[in-house]
Amino acid sequence: MSTQPRLVEVRQNVLKQNDLLARSLRHRFESAGVFVISLVSSPGAGKTALLERTLTRFLENGCRVAALVGDLATENDAARLARSQAPVKQIITGTVCHLDADMVQRSLDGWELNDLDCLFIENVGNLVCPSSYDLGEDLRIVLMSVTEGEDKPLKYPTIFNTADVAVITKMDLAEAVEFDLPGALNSIQSIRPGMEVLELSAKTGAGLDEYLRFLELQIESKAAVGNSSTG
Amino acid sequence: MHELSIALSIIEGASQEASNRGGAQVHAVHLKLGALSGVVKDALLFSYGLACEGTFLEGSELVIEEVPVIVYCSACEAEKTLDSIQRFCCPTCGTLTSDIVSGKQLELVAIEITEDPEDLEKSIETGQFSGIGL
Repeated sequence: MSTQPRLVEVRQNVLKQNDLLARSLRHRFESAGVFVISLVSSPGAGKTALLERTLTRFLENGCRVAALVGDLATENDAARLARSQAPVKQIITGTVCHLDADMVQRSLDGWELNDLDCLFIENVGNLVCPSSYDLGEDLRIVLMSVTEGEDKPLKYPTIFNTADVAVITKMDLAEAVEFDLPGALNSIQSIRPGMEVLELSAKTGAGLDEYLRFLELQIESKAAVGNSSTG
Repeated sequence: MHELSIALSIIEGASQEASNRGGAQVHAVHLKLGALSGVVKDALLFSYGLACEGTFLEGSELVIEEVPVIVYCSACEAEKTLDSIQRFCCPTCGTLTSDIVSGKQLELVAIEITEDPEDLEKSIETGQFSGIGL
């Protein structure tokens, strides 16, 4: 009997468990008619501020919306978002620097998905780790603020390549920090040619209508596809 | 840094595969790592060593093959390997492209194991052994 090691082919995705769970979540969301949007960015780019405005406006428009918010240690973001009157749950990850599909699934306990039209998932502030984890979302939005510098996309190409759309935030500060908008747009197009980019300020509301309209179109187009495939 | 989480997933997957195949000891784990996987090779190697301690895989080697990003260029009508993940354009003609063919892999490709002789004999008898020889 030989005791030489044998090479055994395996060929499986390392994140198979997460991907399977994300697929089952996606199916669950689809069955319940919930459109799921995740937000990723570095810490302090303005995810929570934008989400607070978004939840308020969605509710005003009659959209039944809720949010899950990831944070390493505090419940501050959930408290801020709850002011919108939308159902909000905090996911405290402890030392884990990203959300995964299992955390999302567990945090949905107690919520009736059929009562929702749209669910936002705000990831932990981090431009690296969330890129590897599918959360079962329909749309992933990457945010970068004008204070971060126009070459941010070049430094984090992977997250921009897993996102569907980029949003440049805090545009009200652009002049003060001498933000190079064409440079930022070039950086994004260099690592993701054709990527849609929206510019806004959650503080002044500039660009917010266009952003909300964009989201509504995404939700409507998915609903249209869903209806045509079932009917 | 999420490489420790990734290392734990690798160990879980490799342990499961090794035990399914009657492996008594795992000598090496082979991984394909795409340039767009979001995982850093050195950080993963460091985390793997730590995460293996006290597990079935303690002492095993993690062998990482880094793979570049391959895109489809519509102008050349061909698959091309990107020179840099900071520039998504065809290295031959310069046409912009975001049509990624591969490069996001985080794949457990193979494991090197020695079988428990008794288990191996049993699996050969029952025809269940499906390993490939080296």
